[in-house]
Amino acid sequence: MSQIAVSGSIARKATLQTLQRITRYTIVRLLTLMVTVVVGIYLTILIANMGGYLDQIRRGEIREGVQARVLADPTLRNLPPEARQKRMEDLIRLEEKRYGLDQPFVIRSFRFLTNALTLNLGRSFQLTSDSGSRQVRLILLERLPATLLLFGVSDLVLFFLALFLGLSLSRRYGSFWDKLTVALSPLSSAPGWFYGIFLIVVFAAVLKIFPFGGMVRIPPPENPFLYALDLLYHLVLPVTAITLSSIFLSVYSNRTFFLIYSSEDYVEMAKAKGLKDRDIERRYVLRPTLPTIITSFALLIIGLWTGAPIFETIFNWPGLGRTLFFAVGLFDVPVIVASTVIYAYLLAITVFLLDFIYAIVDPRVKIGGQERNA
Amino acid sequence: MNELKRTWQELRYYPSAVASLILIVFMIIASIWIVIAIPYREAVRLWRGGESVWYQLPKTVPPKWVNWFRREKLPETLILDTRQHPEWKTYEPAGDGRRIVMEFTIPFYADQFPQELSMYFYVTSSDTFKPPFVSLSWKTPDGRSLRVSDFGLQSAKFNYRFAQDQKLIQRLGGEEHNIGLFVDPQSSPPRPLKGEYRLKVEILTFEANTDVDVEFVQYGKVYGWFGTDHLRRDLKVGLLWGLPVALMFGLLASVGTSLAAMLIAAIGSWFGGWVDDLIQRVTEVNLVLPFLPILIMVGTFYSRSIFVILGVTVLLSIFGGAIKSYRAIFLQVREMPYIEAARAYGAGDGRIILRYMVPRLIPLLIPALVSGIPSYVFLEASLAVIGLGDPVLPTWGKIIQDAEFNGALYKGMYYWVLEPSFLLMISGLAFAVLGFSLDRIFNPRLRGV
Repeated sequence: MSQIAVSGSIARKATLQTLQRITRYTIVRLLTLMVTVVVGIYLTILIANMGGYLDQIRRGEIREGVQARVLADPTLRNLPPEARQKRMEDLIRLEEKRYGLDQPFVIRSFRFLTNALTLNLGRSFQLTSDSGSRQVRLILLERLPATLLLFGVSDLVLFFLALFLGLSLSRRYGSFWDKLTVALSPLSSAPGWFYGIFLIVVFAAVLKIFPFGGMVRIPPPENPFLYALDLLYHLVLPVTAITLSSIFLSVYSNRTFFLIYSSEDYVEMAKAKGLKDRDIERRYVLRPTLPTIITSFALLIIGLWTGAPIFETIFNWPGLGRTLFFAVGLFDVPVIVASTVIYAYLLAITVFLLDFIYAIVDPRVKIGGQERNA
Repeated sequence: MNELKRTWQELRYYPSAVASLILIVFMIIASIWIVIAIPYREAVRLWRGGESVWYQLPKTVPPKWVNWFRREKLPETLILDTRQHPEWKTYEPAGDGRRIVMEFTIPFYADQFPQELSMYFYVTSSDTFKPPFVSLSWKTPDGRSLRVSDFGLQSAKFNYRFAQDQKLIQRLGGEEHNIGLFVDPQSSPPRPLKGEYRLKVEILTFEANTDVDVEFVQYGKVYGWFGTDHLRRDLKVGLLWGLPVALMFGLLASVGTSLAAMLIAAIGSWFGGWVDDLIQRVTEVNLVLPFLPILIMVGTFYSRSIFVILGVTVLLSIFGGAIKSYRAIFLQVREMPYIEAARAYGAGDGRIILRYMVPRLIPLLIPALVSGIPSYVFLEASLAVIGLGDPVLPTWGKIIQDAEFNGALYKGMYYWVLEPSFLLMISGLAFAVLGFSLDRIFNPRLRGV
């Protein structure tokens, strides 16, 4: 009785220590990532402002604001045009000074940085949000859920499908399906939008089973259940395109990792002990392989993220990427810069989430030992 | 040299690799031929030259080989020009000037109506221009004849568009000219009457030395081996020139990126300390930098020239995942005895990195280099698809973008999207397959799996 209690307390203590380690690891990663994001966004600002574009945004904003104010001011309306013009120029100069546009770029760039980091992204030139606002932050945040939905679903499908198929292929090493996957893996060199075009041709244009694009039908169904169903219906082609573009290579590399790990001595030992195949796979093959798989998956997801502008444009998906595409067409500078900043954030969050999962599955982090030396 | 021979011998065991290698060699020879046959200036003229270059071509029609797979044959484009056949014209004096008569024979055996008819008149006169008078008449194979139109040639270069002649449409009973002129009156739904049509052109000039040449164009519903786009351009130019552009972009970007990444990894792992730390941190920052949005930013704000985009691509891809894996191997190489020997005889840092460390990883570099090419080929196309392609050069991505923009998929003009996509796929796959096989040959860890 007491023995059980003791072992229970040891187990609890071990759990506590593991939790502590994971927390410490996570916090360290979070801090490094934050520094990384700050540096990354600063670089983005530097690139964007090489031609003075951020200054132009500010100046345009100031001019517009001052003009509106001067035109609306009844005391100024009676002034002769020259005097009013002069008053306006004075006000503009004053405002520019207030925003620090007369300061050297190095100082100003840090102000831009704080603005970007706090998502204070300014106002767009032309694009508006659905509610008619010109606040870039609103425009982009409104589009975020659509992008997250599309890529979240695709990433999940891709990850589990690749894991499952990789495992089953490693069991049938050398079979027809195995050879087929190896032979097809170069297909993954084409990006998702490319497969998207083919899927649209076959399933939307010729067979007319699935829609050409968009997120819901117009007008959207009122019933939330039907709405979800319609969303799923519109998700089929884009998710298939993303999956098709990456699945072969992912399955191939997963299967290769599994094969490498299942030829380890301790796996042979487990086999000799007569453990069940399922147990061997779960405990002796999958566990040590997962960190490697997650790392390679992280790189894959980052690649998918950056492809979003084209992918969403092809499928007419109302997400961040398509907004960026529209902004390019309209030369809407604030939206372009802000999208880049948001993407930097998204990438950082992705890296962080995957790091967190890594911490949970990697025994080296869990048990302590030496830190990951990547 | 021996190494190369051994690689080749191993490569022969992979039939897919041999096939892709042949394809790559073929593509390289083809691109050299294309650049010589259609020089840069000529390609740009053919692609951006304006209406005068492609006025004879029908609008958005598929290539002519689609007729091989159709039961209903589509009409081809027919161009009849008296400048090439002066013998078609007969002259007789009439008043102050003369009467020029010519008859065009138009064989028509397709199952669908042509897209459009148009005539171009070129007047040459020595002194003051007095507008000649033209009357056109049409004769169908079953013997019906019809007055088409009468008009004066208002300028030395005059274009008569059948489609814009409202009187002709009235005369045809409200039917569009391309249907009304060719329709079989007994058929329902309207079908074209097959046989030889005759178009008689009578021109009355008011000066003896005035001459008129006539060019008749029957715009068909197929054109050439590649089809045309919304501007009537022959897709051949764009599709052919896309190959050297894609190969150049892919090769330069891949070679630049992998060489630079390897060199930087070697430098970092050799010197260690803060240099290595710096490279590591830069790699981490680069992972968070959104690659495509930054390229889009550069493309929109600064320049869309393919070389600027190429440079930025290389800069942003150097500090990628490859640097980490190279570094891991270099850290092992650094401790090897032969490096110590080199150090003992007094080799400098530069010599050790360039002559001792980098060559050691060449076997890893080659597959990475080859398999990197397709992603850059597709990257160039991707940029063009969102409208950031090179403003002058014709590329595959630009053709796909034009097609997308003009709703090619909705309107059933599949050839327009599928042709460049197919070429992209073929060229991308060739390098991917070869890189894949090379990876299995050079990478001992993968051998046997």
